[in-house]
Amino acid sequence: MTTAPNSKNGGRARIEARFAKLRDEGRAALVTYIMSGDPDLETSAKIIAGLPAAGADIIELGMAFTDPMADGPSIQVAGLRALDAGITLKKTLAMVADFRQHDMETPIVLMGYYNPIHAMGVPEFLAAASASGIDGLIIVDLPPEEDAELCLPALEAGLSFIRLATPTTDEKRLPAVMANTSGFVYYVSYAGITGAGSADADTVAAAVARIQEHTDLPIAVGFGIRTPEQAKGIASVADGVVVGTAFIDVLRDSLDAAGKATATTVDAVLDLSRDLAAGVASANRRAAP
Amino acid sequence: MSKPNSYRTGPDAGGRFGIHGGRFAAETLMPLILELEDAYRAAQADPSFREELDYYLAQYAGRPSPLYFAERLTEHFGGAKIYFKRDELNHTGSHKINNCLGQILLARRMGKTRIIAETGAGQHGVASATVSALFGLPCTVYMGEVDVERQQPNVFRMKLLGSEVVPVSSGSRTLKDALNEAIRDWVTNVADTFYIIGTVAGPHPYPELVRDFQSVIGDEAKEQILKAEGRLPDTLVACIGGGSNAMGLFHPFLDDDGVEIIGVEAAGDGIETGRHAASITGGRPGVLHGNRTYLLQDEDGQITEAHSISAGLDYPGIGPEHAWLNDVGRVKYDSATDADALAAFQMCSKLEGIIPALEPSHALAHVAKIAPDLPKDHIIVMNMCGRGDKDIFTVAEMLGVKI
Repeated sequence: MTTAPNSKNGGRARIEARFAKLRDEGRAALVTYIMSGDPDLETSAKIIAGLPAAGADIIELGMAFTDPMADGPSIQVAGLRALDAGITLKKTLAMVADFRQHDMETPIVLMGYYNPIHAMGVPEFLAAASASGIDGLIIVDLPPEEDAELCLPALEAGLSFIRLATPTTDEKRLPAVMANTSGFVYYVSYAGITGAGSADADTVAAAVARIQEHTDLPIAVGFGIRTPEQAKGIASVADGVVVGTAFIDVLRDSLDAAGKATATTVDAVLDLSRDLAAGVASANRRAAP
Repeated sequence: MSKPNSYRTGPDAGGRFGIHGGRFAAETLMPLILELEDAYRAAQADPSFREELDYYLAQYAGRPSPLYFAERLTEHFGGAKIYFKRDELNHTGSHKINNCLGQILLARRMGKTRIIAETGAGQHGVASATVSALFGLPCTVYMGEVDVERQQPNVFRMKLLGSEVVPVSSGSRTLKDALNEAIRDWVTNVADTFYIIGTVAGPHPYPELVRDFQSVIGDEAKEQILKAEGRLPDTLVACIGGGSNAMGLFHPFLDDDGVEIIGVEAAGDGIETGRHAASITGGRPGVLHGNRTYLLQDEDGQITEAHSISAGLDYPGIGPEHAWLNDVGRVKYDSATDADALAAFQMCSKLEGIIPALEPSHALAHVAKIAPDLPKDHIIVMNMCGRGDKDIFTVAEMLGVKI
């Protein structure tokens, strides 16, 4: 690679450009979460390469971790499959660099836990992530109280640091949570782990309105969204719809008895993405402000 | 690193002990973690909280625990004078009750109506189940499947006490996985649930408040040794998994310059085999379960499995204050293998009529190593933090005995 993709249109800029484009088109973003390296590196790379054409507007790439404390069984097991297949943070970054050879528009956000980054070293990680064409980070165990660890250096390096806001994030706390957030805000629709609950569109609409009083950033909603119907409901009240466990589950169901990829694995994931994208596109969007 | 004026002022406002500690927790939990800190500060400022806690510690748990001169072991080693702080005599059989009483009183002040806990050996689980029964709150205890298997008596005890025991089948199926699962429960039921963490780890303020509740061990020991010997001990020894019994004994002595302090980690099959639970000796700093501390991990930051004969020490991390005390050199961290601990377990049973838990058997193994070469007027205080009834099945199996 001769130029750092983030220097011109990467990082924050790529995420901003994507949401600007979607605003013009009058629709919400479909944000697809898959676990990097699940079920193996080659299949995972094919899935990532195919997602943009299958309707994914932003790709969230899970960084496998042995102890994912905020995740339910599906994502825990997906992480272990990926680790068994030999995934490392460095290999994930290399996979994204490959993706960037063909796609300079689709934002890629890494999601996971802090320790693998801590182990690599924050400066080394940020340099490598920027060079690979990573646009943002969602780190579950780094609340605003720990911003000096990674959030501020990441912003300095031109990456977005996308914060999670939750039903327990009260009015008193929202300003602090929004302070160093960039790219978009990820609203967690229920208190709990991934894959365990269901997002309720009315409750989410109220929460989104509450958060909008504290930020101009787009608000994507995740946790508990599995079907095109649900995606449609959330897309009518939020700027983005994040789906994770449902992708992990269709991928898992496509594997053979030994947990290896089959001929249907890539398509199973991409088909779900197309269905969800159709759901998102069919939403009745509120009028743009 | 320059020597601080006091080793007892931590953590700072951000929950740090040097680079260790902190609040590495999911946003869902953060408001509650901050609320817990406020509630703890209010409790500290309220004399009636301390009075209530002291009442239960004395009348329910049986404190103070004796400081016992282990005369036959002293004679056997022929060197230093060995004292045991007998926290295995507490109600429920270990030091864990000290912390559980403190935390459940806090839970009540906060209006929480449900208790969760994690457990390794089952001692913390039993203590949590006990205080939950005492105050009539429902309690769910998470325990790794491997530990459920090797600690059956404690599993049954918890059930008798009315708690639900949930076997955890993810990961290595031991203490760290029980912690993950307890955190998942907590994230899901954050509004009504209080998480009684069993050791000096987790997001701030847990390491601080568990230390404070356990410091009764060191406070008593200090008073007792002054009465028995007219002076402070030369050496303190305690075993370390997460490190709550050790921190409880050590903390009141940290600023007493003449007192050498030694924490003993579990070396499992031996540090060189890689099959151990010695986070300081064999790990490096990382972030897990809400704090930065020494962790057993691979090059890519994946947590590796700990190994110890003792379920209570079988954890790939250590409390952040221990990590800092290691960095500044105030406490020395050494280790003892499964085999050393097993030998100490049998020796103590035969020579003192005290069946120690496998956890303090590690501390005793270290005492056995150093005591013979020390002068007869050298005083060692070791924390006998738990009794060994729960371990007889594990030990019988190791010795090839069928019971």
